[in-house]
Formats: sequence, C-alpha cells, structure tokens
Amino acid sequence: MFKVKVFIKRRTSILDPQGTAVEKGAKLLGLNNISGTRINKFIEFNINLSDEQEARKEIELYCSKLLANPIMEDYDYQIEKIK
Amino acid sequence: MRPKFGIVVLPGSNCDHDAYYAVKHSLKCDAEFLWHKDTNLKNSDVIILPGGFSYGDYLRVGAIAKFSPIMDSVLNFAEKGGIVLGICNGFQILLESGLLPGVMLKNNSLKFVCKDVYISVENKETIFTNNLNNHTPLKIPVAHGEGNYFADKETLNSLIENNQVVFRYSDSRGNIIESSNPNGSVYNIAGIINKRGNVLGMMPHPERACSNLLHREDGKLIFSSIINNFIKRS
Repeated sequence: MFKVKVFIKRRTSILDPQGTAVEKGAKLLGLNNISGTRINKFIEFNINLSDEQEARKEIELYCSKLLANPIMEDYDYQIEKIK
Repeated sequence: MRPKFGIVVLPGSNCDHDAYYAVKHSLKCDAEFLWHKDTNLKNSDVIILPGGFSYGDYLRVGAIAKFSPIMDSVLNFAEKGGIVLGICNGFQILLESGLLPGVMLKNNSLKFVCKDVYISVENKETIFTNNLNNHTPLKIPVAHGEGNYFADKETLNSLIENNQVVFRYSDSRGNIIESSNPNGSVYNIAGIINKRGNVLGMMPHPERACSNLLHREDGKLIFSSIINNFIKRS
C-alpha cells in the first residue's frame, strides 16, 4: 500500500479571487511584505496496490480526470510505501 | 410536434422542479425527470442539466457530476446532435465534461450573487435563440457563487470568431459594460454554445423567468426558441 500526497496548483495565468481576498486580510493584519498569495489544494489518499508503477498509473488517472482540471490547474504528487 | 424535455436530477440539484414546471406548465410540453443513476433518457428530445449544487460543489463545481451514469447517456446524446441546455450548475457540468470550453471561477466579488440581470443576445441564429429577434436584452435572474467564466485568449477568440458567445451581461439597454457584469466573467460572458450549435450553457436561470405571476417571462423566449425547432420540423 502507498500513501499519496497530491498538490494541485492553479496556473498563475488564472485569476485567484480567493488569494487576492486573503492577501487583503494580510494587509489588515499589518503584514505589508506579503505578495502573490494563491489558494491551492493538498489532497491525501492511500492506494491499495503493491506495485509502484501500477499505483502511479492509477494516481495519474485520478489526478488528471478528477482531482485536477488540466485547463486551469497543474498537479504534482509524492508517493510513499506504507505497507 | 412539441418536444419532450428530460430534466436530469443529480444529488444536490435544486432547480430541477423549476425547470420541470417551466417546460411542463408554462410551455405546455411533455417533461420527465431523469435520475442520475439511470442511463435511460426516456425518449427525451431536449435534455436540461438544471441548477443546484451537485455533489455539494465539492472539489470543483460540476467536477463529480460528470461521472454520474446518466452523464454518459447525455454525452452520447450530445455527440449525436441532441439538444442540451445547461443552466448554472448545469453549465458548470458542461464545462467540466468538456462539452463546452473554459472553466468557471469564484465570482470576483467572492459573494454569492442572487439578483435579476440583463443579458444581451449576441447570436440570434441558434436553436436556443431563434425567437429572440425583437427581444433584447432579456431580464433573467442569476444565483451563483461561481459564475466567473474564464477562458484563455486563444479559446476566447475562437468563441468570438465562431459566434459561440450567445449571451453577454449588459445594462437594461443592451450596453455591455463592466458594471453590468455580476461575477467578473471574461468578455461579460453569460452563455456560450458549442461549435456544432446543439449544446448551450448559461449562468442565468431562464426557468425562473417563465411566469407572469413572477413578473418575469423573458426565459420563455429561450424555451420557445427550442420548441420552434421541433414545430418547424413537423
């Protein structure tokens, strides 16, 4: 079994109104050195396979077809054997 | 012949009954609900993907709905030229399914916007707008938190060149101005159609503007345009 950590980042060319709003909060907090705040996603799951190559195939499918929208997001993941 | 409308019911749809009421009682057409776990479109001539919060809007709006069993049949129906209308969450599902280009982002105000808006009809030659020649702009309500349509430059130019931008947010006189844009959509886009012309997605809710009891009837013009195609055929 593998533990998988997926990082999904919205492309910089895509507006991130949430990030912009959060950064306004930073200014209100008195943090004037903060810039480029982006809200991204971090997803964890386990995959019950013993072969890493096979696991990576499923992870790719999960990421590209469901977890991330390739039109506006890029993804990356870490995989770690836990059993 | 009047068409039969099939209205898809997903977990979290909440405008399915409004759509049913509009086509059945205001437009006097046959209508039937299509449960998301089914695959049978029950001989529908037109499919409506209604508004709501399918699958709780989790992950991304419309992202999980595209894997519902009924969606395979809807995609197949659309590929064969069947008429599909996606309203609000339905539009978001059409984007996630790849039937229409682009993505939907959170409103630039970060607020849920629920109000009447005006939309200018940019293409009156579609099967969804052929009855709109003397009726522009339309007054139709919006109700969404993620209606900020975005497409990259290349996609947007292609949409414009191919007359695929059908509705744009405008003022009551039809002027396309920044202040009439309720969500920050690129190019004030409120609705687009696919290249083939049989799949339309729009954020405003025409089904909520089909009754004089509500003092809103402009939505009827969109449904009557769809019906026109079938009356002309028969």
